[in-house]
Amino acid sequence: MTSTDKQRLIIIGNGMVGHHLVEQLVERDATTRYDITVFGEERHLAYDRVHLSEYFAGRDAQSLALSTSDYYAENDIALRLDEAVTAIDRDNSEIVTPLGRYPYDQLVLATGSYPFVPPIQGGDRPNCLVYRTLDDLDAIREAGRNANTGVVVGGGLLGLEAANALKGLDLDTAVVEFAPRLMPMQVDSEGGELLREKIEALGVQALTDRATQRIEDGEASYHRMVFQDDKVLETDLIVFSAGIRPRDELARDCALEMGERGGVVIDDHCLTSDPAILAVGEVALWNDSIFGLVGPGYQMAKAAADTLTNGSERFQGADMSTKLKLLGVDVGAIGDAHGDRTPGARMYRYLDEIKQEYRKLVVSSDGKKLVGAMLVGDNSYYDTLMQYYSNGLELPDDPASLILPSSEGAPTLGPDALPDTATICSCHNVTKGAVCDTLDAGATDLGAVKAETKASTGCGGCAALLKSVVDHELEARGVEVDQSICEHFAYTRQELYSIVQVEGIKTFSELLEKHGQGLGCDICKPAVASILASCFNEPITDAAHVPLQDTNDTFMANMQKNGTYSVVPRVPGGEITPDKLIVLGEVAKKYQLYTKITGGQRVDLFGAQLHDLPDIWQALIDAGFETGHAYGKATRTVKSCVGNTWCRYGVQDSVGMSQQIEHRYKGLRSPHKLKFAVSGCTRECAEAQSKDVGVIATEHGWNLYVCGNGGMRPRHAELFATDLDDETLFKYIDRFLMFYIRTADRLQRTSVWRENLEGGLDYLKEVIIEDSLGIAEELEQQMQTVIDTYECEWANALSDPEKLKRFRSFVNDERPDPDIIMTSERGQLRPA
Amino acid sequence: MTTATALKTETDTMTWQTICSKADLVAFSGVAAWLDTSDGPAQVALFYLPGHDQELYAVDHHDPFSRANVIARGIVGDLKGQPVVASPIYKQHFRLEDGQCLEDESVQLRTWKVSFKGDEVCIEV
Ligand code: SRM
Ligand SMILES: Cc1cc2nc3c(=O)[nH]c(=O)nc-3n(C[C@H](O)[C@H](O)[C@H](O)COP(=O)(O)OP(=O)(O)OC[C@H]3O[C@@H](n4cnc5c(N)ncnc54)[C@H](O)[C@@H]3O)c2cc1C
Ligand code: SF4
Ligand code: FES
Repeated sequence: MTSTDKQRLIIIGNGMVGHHLVEQLVERDATTRYDITVFGEERHLAYDRVHLSEYFAGRDAQSLALSTSDYYAENDIALRLDEAVTAIDRDNSEIVTPLGRYPYDQLVLATGSYPFVPPIQGGDRPNCLVYRTLDDLDAIREAGRNANTGVVVGGGLLGLEAANALKGLDLDTAVVEFAPRLMPMQVDSEGGELLREKIEALGVQALTDRATQRIEDGEASYHRMVFQDDKVLETDLIVFSAGIRPRDELARDCALEMGERGGVVIDDHCLTSDPAILAVGEVALWNDSIFGLVGPGYQMAKAAADTLTNGSERFQGADMSTKLKLLGVDVGAIGDAHGDRTPGARMYRYLDEIKQEYRKLVVSSDGKKLVGAMLVGDNSYYDTLMQYYSNGLELPDDPASLILPSSEGAPTLGPDALPDTATICSCHNVTKGAVCDTLDAGATDLGAVKAETKASTGCGGCAALLKSVVDHELEARGVEVDQSICEHFAYTRQELYSIVQVEGIKTFSELLEKHGQGLGCDICKPAVASILASCFNEPITDAAHVPLQDTNDTFMANMQKNGTYSVVPRVPGGEITPDKLIVLGEVAKKYQLYTKITGGQRVDLFGAQLHDLPDIWQALIDAGFETGHAYGKATRTVKSCVGNTWCRYGVQDSVGMSQQIEHRYKGLRSPHKLKFAVSGCTRECAEAQSKDVGVIATEHGWNLYVCGNGGMRPRHAELFATDLDDETLFKYIDRFLMFYIRTADRLQRTSVWRENLEGGLDYLKEVIIEDSLGIAEELEQQMQTVIDTYECEWANALSDPEKLKRFRSFVNDERPDPDIIMTSERGQLRPA
Repeated sequence: MTTATALKTETDTMTWQTICSKADLVAFSGVAAWLDTSDGPAQVALFYLPGHDQELYAVDHHDPFSRANVIARGIVGDLKGQPVVASPIYKQHFRLEDGQCLEDESVQLRTWKVSFKGDEVCIEV
C-alpha cells in the first residue's frame, strides 16, 4: 500500500493509555493500514504517571519515560508533542490545534483526566497547585523552595502521595480531608483511624471533617485557609488533590454522547456515539463507570487496537482492587471492601492496635465466597485474598484464618491451588494459563515469561505472585534450572564461596582440581579470583592469581578501546592537596596522558601504554598516592560533599567520614563494584542515595542507606538505619557488605541483589541489625581480615621485578605498538 | 593432491625463529612478542599451558573486532574441551588450536607453529 491509500488515524493524548494503544497497534502491524499521528499536550513523551512521585525521590523524566522518540520514528508514527488539540470538527473529520487542522478517518480520545480543584474562594492564588504531571511536580518543587509548610487538600490515595512528596521537600505537612476519615473510598472508619495514627506518627498532620471555605493572605505564612467552623490553618503552599475529572471538553464541544457526571460514553469496543471516534483511558465512561487506574486503561487500549484492526477483543469492565504503600503505610482494598454493594454480606474484622494493623473480610451471605477485603498496615495478605476474590474460589472453613496472623505469617494460597483462569497480572491481564503456555512453548525462566507476556511490567504489584507461579510450574515440569556458574563448575557463585571458605581453598587450581573440570574460562576465573580476594585478600598479581584476572585487574588499569590503559589514583573523599594535584599534572604531562575529572570525584589519566604503567605508578606512589581500584570489581570511590567544615548547612564532617569509610573498605573485592557517598546534611549534595552504601549526616549521627544504584537502571537507596554513631555505622556497613559478598551472584550490584533478596529490606535488617542468622560476628571478623591485610597492590607489584616483567608490551623487543595512533582534540591527545 | 605438494614445498623452506625464553612466559596466560616474517613484522600472542597435551600456542595478537593489539592480555581457558582465549575488549572467544572465533564463523586469527627448544621458545616461519 502506498501511504495515500492508508487511512489517517489520529490519537489525542500521549499519556499512559494513549501510548499503550500505540504499542498495541504496532504489535498488530496497524501501521501498514494507518498513517498514525499522535498529539500530546505535554512536552514530555508518555511517562509512567503511576510512579510520578518517584520524580521527587530522584528519578528523572527520562527514566520515567515509557518509550523513546526513536520508537515512534522507527514505526513511522508522527508524534506531535506540546501541541494540544483544541477542537474536533466532526462535519469535516478534522481536528484543530493552534498550529493547524488535520484530517482524520479514525480518531481516538486518550486525554485522561485533570485534577479537580473545588470551587473555593482564593483557590486560584499563586502557590495553589495540583499533582498530575511532571510540570506540576516541577512547579511544586519550585514553590517548595521558599516554603516551610505545605497542605494537601484531599486525603485520598493521590492526596497522601502528594503529602509524602511535600514531606520529602522538607515541608511541615498537613492533609485536609472533607470526609470524616482518610481514604474514604478505600477504608472504613476503623481503618481510617488507624491510617491517621500511622500517618501522624510520620509527622504528617491529618485534619478530617474539614471543608475549606476560602483561602486568603496569611499572617505567619503565605496563605490562610479558613474552614467551615471558622478554624484556620496557615501554610505557604497548597496542593489540591480532591479527585479527578475526565478531560472530556473536546468530546462535549462536538456533541458526543456524555455521561451525566462527565466522561465520554463508550461501548465494549471503545467506540463512542460516533463510530469514527474511539475513547480509552480515564476520559472514557463504560457502563456508567470511569476507571481511574492504569490497568483498566490498558485493557481498553487493547480492545481499541482490536477494534481498529478488526480483532475480537472487547473491554468487559475491570477490577478496581488496589494495594498501595502510602507514606510507608500498606493499604489494600479488594472488590466490595465496604460491603455495601453486596446484599446480605457479612464481615470478619481483625484489629491490632499495638502493631497497628487492620484487616476486614467481606463474604457473601452464604459465607462461601469472598466479595471484598480491606487491609491497613500489612499487605502481605493481599495476593491470597485477591486470588479468592478474582477467581471466585470457595473460602476455607474458617475464613477468618485468612486475616489472622499465624505463626508462619500470612496463610498463602499455593500457586498450584490457582485455576488456569486466575489472573496473575491485572495490568496486562495475564492469567496463570497464559504463563503456563509460555513455559510450554519453551520459556525457561522468569525473565523469559516477563518478556513474552509482559506480566509484572506494569505497576509491579504482581511480581511476587508471578515468581512463585513460574517457580512452581517450572518445578512441576521437572525443569531443573541450571544455576551452575559455567561448564567448569557445577555450582553457583554462592556455593563456590562457601566451598572456598569452609575448605580454606586458596587457589583456583586447587578448587578446580577438587570441585571442577577443564581449564576454567573467562566466567569462572574472575569470579573465583574475586571470591579468593574477599576471603584471603592476597595480592591479585601473585603468580597463582594473575592468570585469573580480567585484563584490567591483571595490569591494574582500565583497558581502553585502542589497547592503552587509564590510571586512576585514589583520592579519598575527593579531597586533594594542591601538591598532589601538581604531581598528577606533571605525570600526565610527562607521559602525554589525556586528563579528565571523573564522575567519582577523582582524576583519570588516559592513554598510558602498558610498559609505561610501572613508571607512572612509581611517580604517583612516591607522591603519596595509592591505587584507586578503578579497574576492579571492588570498592571504587566514596564521594563526599564539603560538609560542616565549610558549608553553612552541614551538621557533620562528611569529608572526614567519607575518608574513614574509604580507608576502611579500600581494596575490598566483591561480586561487582561498590560505590559509597557521604553527605553532610539532608540536602544531599553527595548523592548518597544513589550509591550501594549512602551515609547522610543528621543532628545526632548518621543515617545509613543501602542498595542504591546509578548507571543503566537507577535505583534509589533505601533507608536502613537512622542516627547511628560512627562505631555502629561501621559495624552495619561491615556486616552488610560481607553478607552481600557472600550471597550475591557474580556481577550483581547490591541493587539487583536486594531486589532478588527474598524477604526484602525487612529480612536484610533482621540479618544485619538483629543478627537473626547469628553470623554478624563472623561477618565483622571477615571484614576485619580484609581491612588488616590491605596493601596498595601497585606498591606491591613495584617491589617485585618478577611481577613487573608482566608489564612489557612485547617480551622480545622494546618497539612500541605502532598501531596506537593518537590525535589531538581540545588541547589533549585522544585515540585517532 | 596438488595443494599437499605445494604445502610441502613451502614447509621445506621454513625456519625456526627464537622468540623469547621460557621465563618470559606466564603460566596459564599470555604474553605478546614481535615476530619477523617474510611479509614484515607481526605481533603474536603466546600462550603457555604447562602440563597440558599441547603446552604452547601462538596466535595473532591483533584483535579483529576492536582492531587493537591485545589478544595476549585475554583470559585463557577451555570451552567444551577446546583451549580458547577470550578477547579482553569485547570478550569473543578464539580457539587457540586454529584461531577460529567461536562467535563468528567468518573470523579467524592466524596461528603459528611454536615449541620449546630447550629453554627457548621458537616459532616456525
Ligand atoms: C571514568 C568514569 C567516567 C568519567 O570520566 O567520569 C567511568 C568510566 C567507566 N565506567 Fe563508569 N565511570 C565513572 C563513573 C561512573 C558513575 C558515577 C559515580 O560513580 O558516581 C556511574 C553511575 C553510578 C553507579 O555505578 O551506580 C557509572 C556507571 C557505570 C556502569 C553501569 C553500572 C550499573 O550498575 O548500571 C558501568 C558498566 C559496568 O560496570 O558494568 C561502568 C563502566 C565504566 C567503564 C569501566 C567501562 C569500561 O569497561 O571501559 C569505564 C572505564 C573507565 C576507565 O577506563 O578508567 N560505569 N560510572 C567514572 C570513574 C569514576 C571513578 O573515579 O572511579
Ligand atoms: C500521582 C499519581 C499516582 C497514581 N498511582 C496509580 C497507581 O498506583 N495505580 C494505578 O493503576 N493508577 C495510578 N494513577 C492513575 C494513572 O496514572 C492513570 O490511570 C493513567 O495515567 C491514565 O492514563 P490516560 O492515558 O487515560 O491519562 P493520562 O496518563 O493522564 O494521559 C492523558 C494525556 O493526554 C493529554 N491531553 C489531554 N488533553 C489533550 C488535548 N486536548 N490535546 C493533546 N493532549 C491532551 C494530557 O496532557 C496527558 O498527557 C496515578 C495517577 C497519579 C497522578
Ligand atoms: S549536603 Fe549539606 S553539608 Fe553537604 S555540601 Fe550539601 S548542603 Fe552542605
Ligand atoms: S499487576 Fe501491575 S504489573 Fe502485574
